[in-house]
Amino acid sequence: MKKFMPLILLIILIIFPLVIQNAYYQHLMILVFIWVAIGSGWNVIAGFTGQVSFGDAAFFGTGAYTAGLLAHHFQISAWWGMAFGGIMAMAVAFPFGWICFRLRGAYFALASLALNEVCRHIATIAEPLTQGMVGILIMPTFVSKIPYYYIAFVLAVISVVFVQVVMQSKWGYYFLSIREDQDAAESLGIDTHRYKMVSLNIAAFLTGMAGALFMNYMGFIDPEVVFSLHDISIMAILVGIVGGVGTIYGPAVGAFVMVGVHEFFRTGFFGFFKGMAALTGSDFLNVAAKYISHAHVLGFGILVVLVILYLPNGIVGDWNKLIGRFFSITKKEAAT
Amino acid sequence: MEVFLQTLVAGILKGGLYGLIGIGMSLIMGVMGIINLAHGQLMMVAMYVTFVLSHYLGIDPYISLFVSMPALFFLGVVIQKYTLNPLMEVDSILPENQVLMTVGIGMVLTEIARFIFTSDYKSVQTNYSDATFYLGEISFSVALVIAFCIAIGFTLFMFWFLLKTDIGRSIRATAQDKDAALLMGVNSKRITVITFGLGSALVAAAGTVLMPIYYLFPDIGGPFTRKAFVITILGGLGSTVGAIFGGLTLGLAEAFGATYIGMAYDDMIGLLIFILVLLFLPGGFKRLTKI
Repeated sequence: MKKFMPLILLIILIIFPLVIQNAYYQHLMILVFIWVAIGSGWNVIAGFTGQVSFGDAAFFGTGAYTAGLLAHHFQISAWWGMAFGGIMAMAVAFPFGWICFRLRGAYFALASLALNEVCRHIATIAEPLTQGMVGILIMPTFVSKIPYYYIAFVLAVISVVFVQVVMQSKWGYYFLSIREDQDAAESLGIDTHRYKMVSLNIAAFLTGMAGALFMNYMGFIDPEVVFSLHDISIMAILVGIVGGVGTIYGPAVGAFVMVGVHEFFRTGFFGFFKGMAALTGSDFLNVAAKYISHAHVLGFGILVVLVILYLPNGIVGDWNKLIGRFFSITKKEAAT
Repeated sequence: MEVFLQTLVAGILKGGLYGLIGIGMSLIMGVMGIINLAHGQLMMVAMYVTFVLSHYLGIDPYISLFVSMPALFFLGVVIQKYTLNPLMEVDSILPENQVLMTVGIGMVLTEIARFIFTSDYKSVQTNYSDATFYLGEISFSVALVIAFCIAIGFTLFMFWFLLKTDIGRSIRATAQDKDAALLMGVNSKRITVITFGLGSALVAAAGTVLMPIYYLFPDIGGPFTRKAFVITILGGLGSTVGAIFGGLTLGLAEAFGATYIGMAYDDMIGLLIFILVLLFLPGGFKRLTKI
């Protein structure tokens, strides 16, 4: 049964847009797929190699801007950005990793945070090239969401499979050894600097491709959107942590949960508060609904705190513990 | 020449304040081995405390130091005791969980501030906010000079505290070797709590004295967290003396950058220095001073 689970899931996801015609749910699923790609990338560098990155938005934004600028300046289809975006993100990741992998652990995390900020500043200041805060607008290729759905779906599947292949290769074991003990890995003759670079570049490539797809799908970007620390970098970390750090399928689960949570807050508990306000005519609930829809970052922050405290290895990583806890509770209830 | 001197003065005055921010971060860094990414956000909270006291009760920002510092000390203690210390026992793959946690705390603090005060810019107007005096041709902002003096005062006090008092010695011992300190009878858990409280109180002092000359909005924490981080890297990780030099260097670099390159590059300069230090002086000023 367990063996066929991925296959069943794939089939469900393939027929999903044909069954559910609602554009809103298709949109959500596209976002989930984009986040699967970003989360998988983050998971390679942070989850498997142990170098926590706060700068995924730098790669994401580079990918998005590559696609956008190609279309904007050269009238080349933004879909070329899917290929070039990943490569450009690697071009950002390479010098950054070269310099900043001298730092370990938390300091690397902070350096990547700085990279995030530098990229946002550059995109804002370099107005002749990027149009600064005005942003870049391109015409979407398709009217229907279904082509985007399948492209995003393929990207998500490719990233999960790619990560799985990498992690079963020799590289994967190098990555794990670096995470477990960098000094020991070095003393065994692993060129830790080099393999950290490899890992970072894989992450950058996947994230950059996701960024290019985002540009194609959304049709509009500006520095505050694609280089956002909260909405991209922190979200990538959350996708990784909630799903399960250092697991293949963790980012997929995490992406699903996090996009759900994001929408949950954005829509004010799926319109629950607004509906209640309309029903009871209470001003208080109306105000609460307004506040809650603004509070998604607060919700994220609280979620970070709770997840780290109680679910440090994520849903996939702590699955057995979760199940155990759940069953022990039900058993106790049955006994009493 | 005048412009040069003026820039120099501005840089040093700003640098003194940055040093105060950096010391708090350095202390936490040294004792717990983690970078506190909620540092700027704690400063933001202190600034809002000052703003509320001044705006609604008419209390002078400098007097509100006596409220904001204990308040932030308490907040720091609560954060360390109930969110960061429990993490030490949590079994997880990523060692950076505590850093991630401080990011989460920073987000929560920022958003709570946004909830209460909205995103509007606030400022505290006092009669000395815009006052200046002249030495020769160079103008000094009165508020900035007072802020600088208070910052230096707190810095000296911290040195006395760390070198001479019992708790200060325990903090230094824990920073040098946690296990050895534990064996010598230092309650290291209590020390981490006190240290986080102290670090928060110091950054609260910096935020409060900045209030008369600065504006305030919920997202102000982020840039200051990054500045504190650059200062800590510049000074050498966990070094208190280094933090002061790091703060001065960053203040000077920002002032000269703003004068000679352009205001828009304010943030970039700090990050550029950060990269240069990593390349040419990994380990920061600590390597030069050996303290």
